[in-house]
Amino acid sequence: MAKMTKEEVIEVAHLARLAITDEEAEHFADQLEAITNAMELLNELDTENVEPTTHVLQMVNVLREDKSIPGLDRELMLKNVKEHEGGQVKVPTILE
Amino acid sequence: MNFETIIGLEVHVELKTDSKMFSPAPAHFGAEPNTNTNVIDLGYPGVLPVVNKRAVDWAMKAALALNCEITRHTKFDRKNYFYPDNPKAYQISQFDQPIGEHGWIEIEVKGEKKRIGITRLHMEEDAGKLTHTGNGHSLVDFNRQGTPLIEIVSEPDIRTADEAYAYLEKIKAIIQYTGVSDVRMEEGSLRCDANISLRPFGQDEFGTKTELKNLNSFNFVRKGIEHEQIRQEQVLLAGGIIEQETRRYDESTGKTLLMRVKEGSDDYRYFPEPDLVDIIIDDAWLERVRAEIPELPDARKARYVSELGMSSYDAMVLTLAKPISDFFEATVAAGADAKLSSNWLMGEVSAYLNAEQKELSDTALTPEGLAGMIKLISDGTISSKIAKKVFKELIEKGGDANDIVKAKGLVQISDENTLREFVTTALDNNPQSIEDFKNGKDRAIGFLVGQIMKQTKGQANPPLLNKILLAEIAKR
Repeated sequence: MAKMTKEEVIEVAHLARLAITDEEAEHFADQLEAITNAMELLNELDTENVEPTTHVLQMVNVLREDKSIPGLDRELMLKNVKEHEGGQVKVPTILE
Repeated sequence: MNFETIIGLEVHVELKTDSKMFSPAPAHFGAEPNTNTNVIDLGYPGVLPVVNKRAVDWAMKAALALNCEITRHTKFDRKNYFYPDNPKAYQISQFDQPIGEHGWIEIEVKGEKKRIGITRLHMEEDAGKLTHTGNGHSLVDFNRQGTPLIEIVSEPDIRTADEAYAYLEKIKAIIQYTGVSDVRMEEGSLRCDANISLRPFGQDEFGTKTELKNLNSFNFVRKGIEHEQIRQEQVLLAGGIIEQETRRYDESTGKTLLMRVKEGSDDYRYFPEPDLVDIIIDDAWLERVRAEIPELPDARKARYVSELGMSSYDAMVLTLAKPISDFFEATVAAGADAKLSSNWLMGEVSAYLNAEQKELSDTALTPEGLAGMIKLISDGTISSKIAKKVFKELIEKGGDANDIVKAKGLVQISDENTLREFVTTALDNNPQSIEDFKNGKDRAIGFLVGQIMKQTKGQANPPLLNKILLAEIAKR
């Protein structure tokens, strides 16, 4: 049975940019541990000769021809943006 | 202690398709900011991406040209990250089943050939373009978001900055020949990151590597690697350790600067892209794409050496850029001598393009025009010197070499009697030169030829003039 620590929960929350408190992290650690343990049940099955499933649909090669259509109207597109300047989207500077 | 440098390069190439990788928005360079966007690339709720067939064809074409094995069952994966250049908060890329693997190319540095392995070539989508204004905010243009990209990852087989340069030059040439990208570093359609580490000679394990970014030109790649190599050597010799970090090449100082320290490995939480189904490439598809690959630089180079008797070096330089090589072939097909054609293209034409910062296609020069001029040189109508005047006219205004020569009265003087008159006058006017020549000063001949060339506006047939001058001076 895998143990889920509070630290792991905080790390995962950080990767998803979720703000959580210490209490929440502990709470979720317990819940997530129960969930992952439930998933462990699947390991009891013998999957030796089973191809990994990457998609539930039995479809392949869904492709489109390379033909462009005009882009979105910029004014319309910028309506969904908090701030913009000279047709560009304005965001706080985040250096990598 | 002596160190060995280990270099691996990651090259991103934008495919010049009409539409984007997963959406029908235009994938064209240079449009007004945010005019080539689409709800799919912007990650609106409920949208579904669909793969661009030509992008897959072209990625496969590039992979085959780089001697990769094609993965018959390939798929896309989701790479999760938060950054303002990508509103979806994930990039659709390929993780464990890239379209191409185990490729290689051959490079040549100082006459020595070396094979550099290619680990993988995968398909993905480009991100938007961020401009940092410097006052706390950045501006984002999403035109580039979703443009089809291929990422080509080399094996850590590269040992010097020169090898890195040669590798990049070769990748660029091969991709350019396949026609799937403009491969213009200045427009960002070819980009390069370098991984560099040092290890003592004889040691098997690799040292800690740093990743070098912002290498915006071939020269920066060379300089950045050279600098990073020295920096790491100094740190190690002083007893320090190399941190795993990302560094940026600074053009103004020629140094590499720390961008960020990598704590552990990046955690992108890749998983199979649920919005896209797998791609199965059968023999028919693979062979159709393979048949579309044109003659590549190495094959063309070998042909120039064997069929045209060109030196290996000349053939290499001439085949590096497809437009020049194609132009050369058309010039020869139009009846020009191959050796003279290659000399002109690598000499005057290249010099002109460099000086004017132009592409061959931006000039008025045509293969027929250049061939016409070269034929006039071959048959002695004009000298190479006069040809330079004709060339300037041809590359700037175009036209027919024959017409230019006639209109400007540039026909070479090859009539012996006319030339003899010029020689006689020159000798009469320069008794000192005759004296000098008799006293063994060969330079006197050069001076006299110069005088006569001045008189004839450079139109005297040089070998004939030399012959007559030597005969006449001997009579004095």
